[in-house]
Amino acid sequence: MSAPMGRSSRRHFLKSTGSASIAALIIGFEWSGSARRAIARSVSVNADTAAPFAPNAFLRIGADDSVTVIAKHLEMGQGSYTGIATIVAEELDADWTKVQVESAPADVKRYINSFLKIQGTGGSSAMANSWIQLREAGAQARAMLLNAAAARWQVPVAELSVDNGVIYDAAKKRRASFGSLVKMAAKGPVPNTVKLKDPKNYKLIGRRVARVDIPAKSNGTAQFTLDVDLPGMLVALLKRPPLFGATVKSYDATKAASVPGVVKVVQVPRGVAVIAKGFWAAKKGRDALTVEWDESRAEKRGSMELMDEYRKFAEQPAQSARKEGDAVAAIHRATRSLSASFEMPYLAHAPMEPLDAVVKLTPSSCEIWAGDQFQSLDQANAARTAGLDPQQVSIHTLYAGGSFGRRANSGSDYIVEAVSIAKAYGSDGTPIKLQWTREDDIRGGLYRPMYFHKLEAGLDGDGSITSWRHAIVGQSILTGTPFDGLVKDGIDATSVEGAANLPYAIPNIDVQLATTKVDIPVLWWRVVGSSHTAFAVESFIDEVAYAAGKDAFEFRRELIKDHPRMKRVLELAAQKAGWTRESLPKGRGRGIAVAEAFNTVVAQVAEVTVDASGGFKVDRVVCAVDCGTPINPDIITANIEGGIGFGLGAALYGAITLKEGRVEQSNFNDYRVLRINEMPKIEVHIVPSTEAPTGIGEPGVAPVGPAVANALFAATGKRSYGFPLVRGNG
Amino acid sequence: MSTTFTLNEKAVTLNGDPDMPLLWAIREMAGLTGTKFGCGMGLCGACTVHLDGQPVRSCMTPLVSVAGRKVTTIEGLRTPRAKAIQAAWVELQVPQCGYCQSGQIMSAAALLESSPVPSDAQIDSAMSGNICRCATYSRIRAAIHRAAQSAKAGA
Repeated sequence: MSAPMGRSSRRHFLKSTGSASIAALIIGFEWSGSARRAIARSVSVNADTAAPFAPNAFLRIGADDSVTVIAKHLEMGQGSYTGIATIVAEELDADWTKVQVESAPADVKRYINSFLKIQGTGGSSAMANSWIQLREAGAQARAMLLNAAAARWQVPVAELSVDNGVIYDAAKKRRASFGSLVKMAAKGPVPNTVKLKDPKNYKLIGRRVARVDIPAKSNGTAQFTLDVDLPGMLVALLKRPPLFGATVKSYDATKAASVPGVVKVVQVPRGVAVIAKGFWAAKKGRDALTVEWDESRAEKRGSMELMDEYRKFAEQPAQSARKEGDAVAAIHRATRSLSASFEMPYLAHAPMEPLDAVVKLTPSSCEIWAGDQFQSLDQANAARTAGLDPQQVSIHTLYAGGSFGRRANSGSDYIVEAVSIAKAYGSDGTPIKLQWTREDDIRGGLYRPMYFHKLEAGLDGDGSITSWRHAIVGQSILTGTPFDGLVKDGIDATSVEGAANLPYAIPNIDVQLATTKVDIPVLWWRVVGSSHTAFAVESFIDEVAYAAGKDAFEFRRELIKDHPRMKRVLELAAQKAGWTRESLPKGRGRGIAVAEAFNTVVAQVAEVTVDASGGFKVDRVVCAVDCGTPINPDIITANIEGGIGFGLGAALYGAITLKEGRVEQSNFNDYRVLRINEMPKIEVHIVPSTEAPTGIGEPGVAPVGPAVANALFAATGKRSYGFPLVRGNG
Repeated sequence: MSTTFTLNEKAVTLNGDPDMPLLWAIREMAGLTGTKFGCGMGLCGACTVHLDGQPVRSCMTPLVSVAGRKVTTIEGLRTPRAKAIQAAWVELQVPQCGYCQSGQIMSAAALLESSPVPSDAQIDSAMSGNICRCATYSRIRAAIHRAAQSAKAGA
């Protein structure tokens, strides 16, 4: 309990002015580069009401002993609500059964994500950016409750202890629950500094604490945006152009308007919306709508044509993402050289809940209900669309039925659509729910970009790798977004992550990027750059290992020696999988891959069985992961299991293709995803650690594709040079 | 036109467009929102309900076709086996985003009623129509096995 203050002692909390009329004090944080300073803001609360104790922006404690943790991060399945509540409750010494979570309002000052520099969730940062902040928030409340008890009993704080939501005075055999102290605690000063726990005293962190959201998600009561029903609410479906970049030339709403239940048909910037008294009427109305599109400025290329162009780009000089030594000369000098290219398709995120948002718009306010992932940007974009100030836009963040990156888009596509429809309807306060269908989702753009990778390697006479060249071709995700500060010297960090930071010790390395200009909207997709770079890098290093006559695991282990954390994780995966130099029996194969993403290291060993007809099944994936302090090992395991299933589905089947600009897929029949009969057995081994926690929502996705492809090679002797591994609708 | 049927053991009459899928009648007219919309084509199983005890995709089931029949949604699960499924879902911490889980639970509950101790092959066959993009499949399988054991022990 008496850990040195370390980082937290350098933080400066402003003291409360201690006015008795102020029942709640809210502390927010402003970030300026890496330097943080705290600002205090008082919120007046009617003193007559039983105001809860709210020592900071992240928790409230009620007189009924309830502890409400305010989550600045979206719960989209990754377990953020439970993780956030765990770290607050740990330092608070709260009774976990009294802890509940509610989502934070849009308020960037108080709820900024220090990694993303906006209020938002992404980059597997929820735990990492909350770790110190929320432990301090919990510790601060605990200290104030202790002060209140000490004052009530007239004893020094040092004589008191806290356990499970109760403060004890052991000497006098007295106890007081948190709830009984809240009025007094709220009047006390907010401490300047707080002590954080020594990890050996953790009671919740590191345990398999049950998730707070699971009971409601097991009985149908969890509230998603789909489930929002407000008095007088209407449902809108939007007809969007068949080509990206096409616009409405004209439309005929006669038939649509005659569908019973259809209330209004309106044109908005993204298309024509049918607004009705329910989904089915809106759907029938949209089906009956005729729109003529202006396709003159639309993207009309197909994905095959684009890939042909990408192949040519890979042969031309491009922007350098990493250069060490002289890779070209070294390849010329090499005893032996290899080259391979890898083709990665566009991918849709396809979260189970098709995009949806409810908007209640008046001339002076805009209220939004959504599984909102980028509150700051969505608030600003909604305000701009509505002609309001951001402060006039409020956001209720609900559970999201998956996202995988889709809801985190800086143009706020679905939010802007919903606001524009409410505006076109008349801004009269009628709540309108914009509902996307699955077809809208699959054809709606913001895909993981298509990429082409070309790799070359040189080996010397001993089979040592002396040279590595890697050319990547594809669209930039970040250019033109608020994140384009991460595009430096023509290099979008998300295009080259997992490639430019190649961990292998090779004397000559050359990584280049050619960024293409295509008018197909693109976006990050779970694990972002490593969703394609890991496949290229880990497939090719495997190919090089075989060419060098070395064991695929041992070859990597030797080359990764400068990265002890990666080496440890790689070794753990191999050990737990029972990796040996012996091949598996005929018809079976084993492959390995390692990746680092969002400061987390993941290594996986996949085992496959092939059948006589060329089909195959992934039998087992053994995964080792180092994500720093494991806040909740069961949630980490769940994220890895899910990441493997998500990544495997994409590796096997995922592809959005376009023909003459039109997306060829439309629903889960032709955009296949993994199903239960295809799920391998998964084992997850977590490296013990007391380092700060790192990302866990995404990294598990990265190695599975290459591990499976390498296992297929081991079983068949044939390499895979692109996803999906299963072509057609097989 | 009006359709009368039994919804979670209560007689209801809903006035809907004749080709309106049962999904939207349940959600928007009866106000039961546990049943979800995922694909509209019977491809993902998020909308699974029981029709006379059999799992069906409510997004593809016309409202008029359930006249005089018994519909059960996640809100109406009552049998010991269904309760065992829901308890196992919590015990093994199955859901992640949770959106597909009503449909998963409805399919699993129907499976246990027809095959009280299902094999892995029977689970594959009964559950492969239910997509989970969070890929909670390992836990779904384990939870069905767990529920089968606890329901058997409790029977």
